[in-house]
Amino acid sequence: MNVQAWTFVIVGFTFTLYMAIAIWSRAKTTGDFYVSGRHVSPIPNGMATAADWMSAASFISMAGLIAFSGRDGSRYLLGWTGGYVLLALLLAPYLRKFGKFTVPDFVGDRYYSNVARLVAALCALFVSFTYVAGQMRGVGIVFSRFLEVPVNLGVFIGMGIVFIYAVLGGMKGITYTQVAQYCILIIAYLIPVFFISFMLTGTPIPQLGMGGQMTAEPGVYLLDKLDGLTTELGFDAYTDGSKSRIDLLFITLALMVGTAGLPHVIIRFFTVPKVSQARTSAGWALIFIVILYTTAPALAVFARTNLINTVQDLEYSEVPAWFTKWEATNLISFEDKNGDGRIQYYNDANTDPEFLAKVEAAGWNGNELTINRDIMVLANPEIANLPDWVVGLVAAGGLAAALSTAAGLLLVISTSVAHDLVKGVIKPNLSEKEELLYARIAAAGAVCVAGYFGINPPGFVGEVVSFAFGLAAASFFPAILLGIFYKRMNKEGAIAGMITGIGFTALYIAYFRFINPDADVAENWLFGISPEGIGGIGMILNFIVSLLVCHLTPTPPEEIQAIVEDIRIPRQTAAKAPAQDFEI
Amino acid sequence: MAADPSENSQQYWIRNLRLVFTLLFIWAVVSLGMATFWVDALDQFRIGGFKLGFWIAHQGAMMLFVVLIWVYVWAMNRLDRKFDVDEE
Repeated sequence: MNVQAWTFVIVGFTFTLYMAIAIWSRAKTTGDFYVSGRHVSPIPNGMATAADWMSAASFISMAGLIAFSGRDGSRYLLGWTGGYVLLALLLAPYLRKFGKFTVPDFVGDRYYSNVARLVAALCALFVSFTYVAGQMRGVGIVFSRFLEVPVNLGVFIGMGIVFIYAVLGGMKGITYTQVAQYCILIIAYLIPVFFISFMLTGTPIPQLGMGGQMTAEPGVYLLDKLDGLTTELGFDAYTDGSKSRIDLLFITLALMVGTAGLPHVIIRFFTVPKVSQARTSAGWALIFIVILYTTAPALAVFARTNLINTVQDLEYSEVPAWFTKWEATNLISFEDKNGDGRIQYYNDANTDPEFLAKVEAAGWNGNELTINRDIMVLANPEIANLPDWVVGLVAAGGLAAALSTAAGLLLVISTSVAHDLVKGVIKPNLSEKEELLYARIAAAGAVCVAGYFGINPPGFVGEVVSFAFGLAAASFFPAILLGIFYKRMNKEGAIAGMITGIGFTALYIAYFRFINPDADVAENWLFGISPEGIGGIGMILNFIVSLLVCHLTPTPPEEIQAIVEDIRIPRQTAAKAPAQDFEI
Repeated sequence: MAADPSENSQQYWIRNLRLVFTLLFIWAVVSLGMATFWVDALDQFRIGGFKLGFWIAHQGAMMLFVVLIWVYVWAMNRLDRKFDVDEE
């Protein structure tokens, strides 16, 4: 069988599996639809959370992102895992004890205000829509690259699959498909890296291989070799950083806090039966995530080394087969600027006189190789000469990552619309059956909108996704945290804080990225913090404004303070009915 | 064990806060401090093929996050039982 046949077989098999799970776990109540009836145990919930969290970007793009940013790539690694510590210690157990369905539920009830509920619901919708657009595009791209169907057809197939299991199955269908998707994506990610690690360093464990010695040159550490290769070509040494420390610190902080504030992640902790299991599932989720996240930087090192060693100063007529194949998709492209028929890959923005003299002497005339970072994962099996079925597996893994995240986001969108907007604000006396119908209609609508953005992607999707973290950090996180840990916090403080945080962050980003992009340089930034990291400042402002306003306005009502007392203690008090009330 | 239930909850809450602050302090020192702010200083030391700061930034801090959560899970379960607020 060839690569394409293998890909069809493996992708076909995984899709059948997802469908079977969706039909088996069809949702019957709103409880099933929103929080899977709260019957999910911690290990499967941890896997589902991990699959929900790791998107097409984590699977396909992250290793490449790190490979080209070296040590500074730590902001993504730490930012996207460190948030789980905040989530486990500060939010998850209390929100689970609170026992409702959504984040706006908590904000609306805790701050006894439909305005707060509305603000939270709109923030949740905004964040989820920007995210889901990128996922659908990812589905289309994986389809088109591996199965050679047009991108748009790929998006349609992806929409169809997600439609069936998200609309029918709700959270219950999504959770159990995500468990399967996690297994597929992690196997697909690890297998090629095991092989490559073994070939380069003699140990199959990538986390060790990354710091090991090279099999080709005994006694030479791989990282030292890579530092040598990168500096020789005029780049910064791989294990050195170039970003300012304050900027790096705030970007990392904004990503961590933003992760803890993202509604599609928080909602997962509503699905377990007990408070103690909300803590355990955060622990499992992070283990499952860190398996991939500690492999990615190793893969980044292997891939960058392999790439430089393979293509630098190579005769173009002698390039390996994968090079030609991925050239056709524009992921890698070569332009022979000095007409010598060889590939020169180096940093042509380097102005060091010594390096310039070297460039001159070699007769180089600008960097000739343009590389898309996604190639680091996508072309990996071919670069390492792995069997054809591994290529098919990587395709199935990329699709699993994109579909699982898209489904989780669609659920947040449908919940926000049906539960928070329609039932919470517009039509409070909605029956259970009607609410479920609204949730399904909203999910179906969201699939179509996501598909539209997948087919006609706005140019700024990538940008906006990274800013979604800053906005989540500056809005949700302080409001939820203070709601749990500060009994005195009232609605005036919370609303003022959320509006200040999100307003400041959005304006700062909009000013530097859309209104006056020319000014987007370090000298003009506030305290030297780039728009990517400004969410950290937005969060601090939110805290300050919340606390100030709260002390100038009345204390919250008695019964609210009683709710806060109650969520701090895991044991169910007699007054509170268990969640099973929602069966029809 | 305190006889007054509200006194009991108060004690439980204070112990909980102390635990959370300790763990988050370690979290911040390692991820924002050692892996980000002091990374150059730590890079002067080596473990095997890794510079120390680089290893913490790309591997060690993430592993520590996992450990922190499980320490929290273990300590909280103990605290729940001790103050008789567990869900059994």
